[in-house]
Amino acid sequence: MPEIRVTPLGAGQDVGRSCILVSIAGKNVMLDCGMHMGFSDDRRFPDFSYITRNGRLTDFLDCVIISHFHLDHCGALPYFSEMVGYDGPIYMTHPTQAICPILLEDYRKIAVDKKGEANFFTSQMIKDCMKKVVAVHLHQTVQVDDELEIKAYYAGHVLGAAMFQIKVGSESVVYTGDYNMTPDRHLGAAWIDKCRPNLLITESTYATTIRDSKRCRERDFLKKVHEAVERGGKVLIPVFALGRAQELCILLETFWERMNLKAPIYFSTGLTEKANHYYKLFITWTNQKIRKTFVQRNMFEFKHIKAFDRAFADNPGPMVVFATPGMLHAGQSLQIFRKWAGNEKNMVIMPGYCVQGTVGHKILSGQRKLEMEGRQVLEVKMQVEYMSFSAHADAKGIMQLVGQAEPESVLLVHGEAKKMEFLKQKIEQELRVSCYMPANGETVTLPTSPSIPVGVSLGLLKREMAQGLLPDAKKPRLLHGTLIMKDSALKELGLAEHQLRFTCRVHLHDPRKEQETALRVYSHLKSVLKDHCVQHLPDGSVTVESILIQAAAHSEDPGTKVLLVSWTYQDEELGSYLTSLLKKGLPQASS
Amino acid sequence: MAAHLKKRVYEEFTKVVQQQQEEIATKKLRLTKPSKSAALHIDLCKATSPADALQYLLQFARKPVEAESVEGVVRILLEHYYKENDPSVRLKIASLLGLLSKTAGFSPDCIMDDAINILQNEKSHQVLAQLLDTLLAIGTKLPENQAIQMRLVDVACKHLTDTSHGVRNKCLQLLGNLGSLEKSVTKDGEGLAVRDVQKIIGDYFSDQDPRVRTAAIKAMLQLHERGLKLHQTIYNQACKLLSDDYEQVRSAAVQLIWVVSQLYPESIVPIPSSNEEIRLVDDAFGKICHMVSDGSWVVRVQAAKLLGSMEQVSSHFLEQTLDKKLMSDLRRKRTAHERAKELYSSGEFSSGRKWGDDAPKEEIDTGAVNLIESGACGAFVHGLEDEMYEVRIAAVEALCMLAQSSPSFAEKCLDFLVDMFNDEIEEVRLQSIHTMRKISNNITLREDQLDTVLAVLEDSSRDIREALHELLCCTNVSTKEGIHLALVELLKNLTKYPTDRDSIWKCLKFLGSRHPTLVLPLVPELLSTHPFFDTAEPDMDDPAYIAVLVLIFNAAKTCPTMPALFSDHTFRHYAYLRDSLSHLVPALRLPGRKLVSSAVSPSIMPHEDPSHQFLQQSLERVYSLQHLDPQGTQELLELTIRDLQRLGELQSELAGVADFSATYLRCQLLLIKALQEKLWNVAAPLYLKQSDLASAAAKQIMEETYKMEFMYSGVENKQVVIIHHMRLQAKALQLIVTARTTRGVDPLFGMCEKFLQEVDFFQRCFIADLPHLQDSFVDKLLDLMPRLMTSKPVEVVKILQTMLRQSTFLHLPLPEQIHKASATIIEPAGESDNPLRFTSGLVVALDVDATLEHVQDPQNTVKVQVLYPDGQAQMIHPKPADFRNPGPGRHRLITQVYLSHTAWTEPCQVEVRLLLAYNSSSRIPKSPWIEGGEVSPQVETSIEGTIPFSKSVKVYIMPKPARR
Repeated sequence: MPEIRVTPLGAGQDVGRSCILVSIAGKNVMLDCGMHMGFSDDRRFPDFSYITRNGRLTDFLDCVIISHFHLDHCGALPYFSEMVGYDGPIYMTHPTQAICPILLEDYRKIAVDKKGEANFFTSQMIKDCMKKVVAVHLHQTVQVDDELEIKAYYAGHVLGAAMFQIKVGSESVVYTGDYNMTPDRHLGAAWIDKCRPNLLITESTYATTIRDSKRCRERDFLKKVHEAVERGGKVLIPVFALGRAQELCILLETFWERMNLKAPIYFSTGLTEKANHYYKLFITWTNQKIRKTFVQRNMFEFKHIKAFDRAFADNPGPMVVFATPGMLHAGQSLQIFRKWAGNEKNMVIMPGYCVQGTVGHKILSGQRKLEMEGRQVLEVKMQVEYMSFSAHADAKGIMQLVGQAEPESVLLVHGEAKKMEFLKQKIEQELRVSCYMPANGETVTLPTSPSIPVGVSLGLLKREMAQGLLPDAKKPRLLHGTLIMKDSALKELGLAEHQLRFTCRVHLHDPRKEQETALRVYSHLKSVLKDHCVQHLPDGSVTVESILIQAAAHSEDPGTKVLLVSWTYQDEELGSYLTSLLKKGLPQASS
Repeated sequence: MAAHLKKRVYEEFTKVVQQQQEEIATKKLRLTKPSKSAALHIDLCKATSPADALQYLLQFARKPVEAESVEGVVRILLEHYYKENDPSVRLKIASLLGLLSKTAGFSPDCIMDDAINILQNEKSHQVLAQLLDTLLAIGTKLPENQAIQMRLVDVACKHLTDTSHGVRNKCLQLLGNLGSLEKSVTKDGEGLAVRDVQKIIGDYFSDQDPRVRTAAIKAMLQLHERGLKLHQTIYNQACKLLSDDYEQVRSAAVQLIWVVSQLYPESIVPIPSSNEEIRLVDDAFGKICHMVSDGSWVVRVQAAKLLGSMEQVSSHFLEQTLDKKLMSDLRRKRTAHERAKELYSSGEFSSGRKWGDDAPKEEIDTGAVNLIESGACGAFVHGLEDEMYEVRIAAVEALCMLAQSSPSFAEKCLDFLVDMFNDEIEEVRLQSIHTMRKISNNITLREDQLDTVLAVLEDSSRDIREALHELLCCTNVSTKEGIHLALVELLKNLTKYPTDRDSIWKCLKFLGSRHPTLVLPLVPELLSTHPFFDTAEPDMDDPAYIAVLVLIFNAAKTCPTMPALFSDHTFRHYAYLRDSLSHLVPALRLPGRKLVSSAVSPSIMPHEDPSHQFLQQSLERVYSLQHLDPQGTQELLELTIRDLQRLGELQSELAGVADFSATYLRCQLLLIKALQEKLWNVAAPLYLKQSDLASAAAKQIMEETYKMEFMYSGVENKQVVIIHHMRLQAKALQLIVTARTTRGVDPLFGMCEKFLQEVDFFQRCFIADLPHLQDSFVDKLLDLMPRLMTSKPVEVVKILQTMLRQSTFLHLPLPEQIHKASATIIEPAGESDNPLRFTSGLVVALDVDATLEHVQDPQNTVKVQVLYPDGQAQMIHPKPADFRNPGPGRHRLITQVYLSHTAWTEPCQVEVRLLLAYNSSSRIPKSPWIEGGEVSPQVETSIEGTIPFSKSVKVYIMPKPARR
């Protein structure tokens, strides 16, 4: 029976280290190859030795697909391809291909240069790895080999994020990666057609959340920034370089434009500049508004947002600064924060989640006196605001996507087990679709019912069409005919042929030993059936073509021998002839 | 003509093709025009290859065919059709047949038999489809002929089983357009089986081809449009189509469901998988709501649009559309809207400063949460957040329509509308502001909502700000803080964008008069008066101070206690403002100046009546004295015109009527004056020079009549007749004057003939109104028409002259509502001393911003004219998108005019003004004659012209020579 097997190596009932193995119709595909933020030991990368104990990965995997450039989806890629060793194709979209190496390089720098880790991948490895990448366009069907094809769909989330459909013959799997069903200021909403895959592997980060309208969030954010700037304060927005940062930039930029505001907005330089460059390039991946207006002006060519210089922080007057990193744990954002914290006119807006232990987390939980290094105590007088901008689909969005794609079954990854449980139950209840949520290393096996194409002669079809006058596309219709099955269909279905055997016992009065009886039968048949292949096998049985004849002594009467004749359905004619022949008895040979 | 045609129809049924050609030849003689059919026939015979024939046909199709020769052409085409082997040529012929049968004045029933005939022998699917299309054209041309319709429906049914989707499509289209449900029709005994068209079409809802499914639904909709009542059974079928794989099918299905829900709103349908039942309209509403989150944006737009017109839906369902139960980690969470409301009602102002004040509260029972509600849940929440702005706009519009019909819903949707004020696309923002204005009667803004609304006042787009001012004009504010907030924000707006001055004043006027009690406690603060000390007198020219005063004075109008709080200078300022800005400052009953105000105040209310009476009286006076001596009449006319003009200036609501009548009287005056000229008494050759006055008068009357006809909105047919009559008189005058001043008779022939044609045309157009024109010029003219036709020009002129002098003055009935079109150019202001410099030969864009009042169809009629100092004039047609419609009867033109010129040495002024273009054919009442196609209205219809209707503005420009 053909089947689809799915094994998450990461992201099974967990967030981070996305890596999912899919076997579909004999093809093996790896979806994403991410690292885990929470670990810095071996657990940070997926356990690739699971894939194959010995032997090269390239032989086992047909291709690797990367959904988007976040490190928890692509962070382990150089390690996987260069250090573990994989030479097959790696598929990703163009923006991902462009931005991915920047982030990998950044990650490498922090790991090696700052933390001093040894045995980490090198810049050269990143470059070599990226050489194996094949870039795909949206909705482009890429033939990986003769049978396996993949197709990318728009997923929102971040620039270049895509959902992938993997298809072999009539079986298909859709992997969503991370996606967002509500559009934001710079990206559109995820969309997929009614492709009816056998399996939909979807993320479930917000499996138990239904979010409020994004408009309220945006309005709140803008209002807070506007008020702070109006009373002459400075606003600090700590962000990570890619994704949300661009959304907030667009938001502020358009607001400044609309409201004719003059206060300067700065963006800390470095990584972001490069990234912004790519946002400018990949306009087709953004939302409707930006796509439509870029002829007049590319929205990412900011008019009000300028590069930040360290010296600007001391300038008088209001300003807004985006600075990295997002959790205020180090770097520029922390420096600026220390400078501005003392003034109650100023404001810091945390646009995302902060890990425990960071300065960001402390101030968000209401701490007003912070102990900095060197026993300094920093009093925080500035306003602290929290805004949650997240680009994952919420429970409703996930359901909506499932409804759009109409899969046969759903598999949840990239989420917490407890939350998945709820969503699983909902999906099964409301959409009546079976749902799985394997843990890491656990394999889900889905039997599939592959469709076998049947050829019908045109004449028959037309005759049948003519009988029923009304069209009925969706309803089955009775067609009279004979279905002839050949081997190929059986092979495709993975089925063994049914064998129908007839057996018959013929009693022979023969006092001699079994072997001799068999020999006599053999010689008799040999003489009668001249043009058939009659053989006497070493174990004492006789075969005529595929018909088997065995001789045995009768249990009660040693004078009678029982001849067991067995033949297949196909040889019915010959078989029945043989039995009738044997029933007549053997000729009394002179010898 | 029609009788003739009919006769010919019968003839042709019996005749052989050859003979018909002869007949066509005779026709050619009669018409004295080259017959198209003959030419075509020759061409087609000449054609050696299908490609050639196709070329000929294509050429032929470029020119229209007269109704008389259609039939001949059709015969030729059909003949050729039978011979033709190439399907592409047959296809073209089939399409030509369709085109020809649409020709006005041609009755296509004669070619139907042939068309059906060739249909039966046709093999090519494409040609079949085209032939069916032709049949459709024929069928729609003959809507009364039941027998033909039955036959066509029959043909369509027969071809429904065709394997090509194109043919099935056309068949369904035919059924939709011609099929009838009425059983009574079939009882006529045609012998045809009773066909239930709906059932037949319904069966094709499950065709294998999505295009055919779409066509089937469209055919069903077509049936509905033609007034046939659809069965309710269709509803279930249509619901199944909502989950179709193809977007066009889903989109059409949504429409069909909407139609059925409007037909049977109250019937009950069961909810699947439960025992409950709901109203059909509610069920349909739920289903359409579900489509708002469809995968295809086309369907989403369609669904969102239709939601707006489902007014019968129960409020319970309606309110669900705004409901989206939030949760976070399986705990119930309140929406930001709910939180805002709670904060407001608890009296605390939004802090938002605590992290986690949006922390989720109670646990949710996992079983009770429904993630994809079957009902209407959150449809609008989704629609308003959609990626495509088309969907968002549709959702806002739908919201508006539903809110207008349900006050409770209006209250609920307010939060969402306010949110839309921050949309990224300006169009959406504008639309939501307009929507809010439309539903403002039903709502009262909370303070936090007002806050968000007012934040938009800083928008840099002028449209948005002005729309917002309009909105504030008619909103209800609940607290005095709200009023204060609004005032502060408006003043902020005023300092940031001083050009908004007028709009802001107007806004405050309404804000004041709507909320007198809320303004009252604010007065001391606003006027910064102090109980003990005199404060400094504010600057009277400060627009902000004027704004405050406008607010207060308008509030004081209905709040008699307020003036007591004013200080002395306030009263002085009141007197000043009442004079200078009388449209903004109402008359007040002020305690200190009883003498002045009491005289005025009683007359405030009934003020309109006497002026209207005055208007009526003065007009009547004029109309009654028809037979006074010319001198007296002239004086009276002059006086009345003066009165009317003054009245129009004083009473803005009567300005239209007054101007209109004054213009008419002026025409009359001019005519009388012209006829009083001595020129008429003296021998012609002597007065060549002095005829200037009379011909100038004639010209002016013509101009004035065009103005009367096209510059006023609300002019009815009654007035149009009078205006045309006046114009006819002017033309007569012109004719007489030319006759007097030119020597020789030759040019007169043409003029006379033209004039008589015009009279004829007048008679045809206004035949229904002729009885009202007793004793008038035209009445007499028509009496003498036979004589005029035969007379020589000189005699004609003589007759005309006497008639013109004898004719009476026609009474101009006043229309109910009449407004003069006017335009004011706001920008360019024309005061700048800095010339606009640009390189000569290149273009410079000049922003033009103008308000138009009472202009109908401004997209087509309003033009911008640029006059260069060298006399060169340029006319610019603004794009349709440049016109905004801020309110009924008002339009706003914001456009860019491109100027270019060769180099000048000095900066010079160009004039920019707006013109109203007119085309006289548009106004002429449609008479059956013209539609009959026989008369080509040649005489007057082609007159086009422009009337300037705004003051011209001078712009200083300086084209510099290009540097090389």
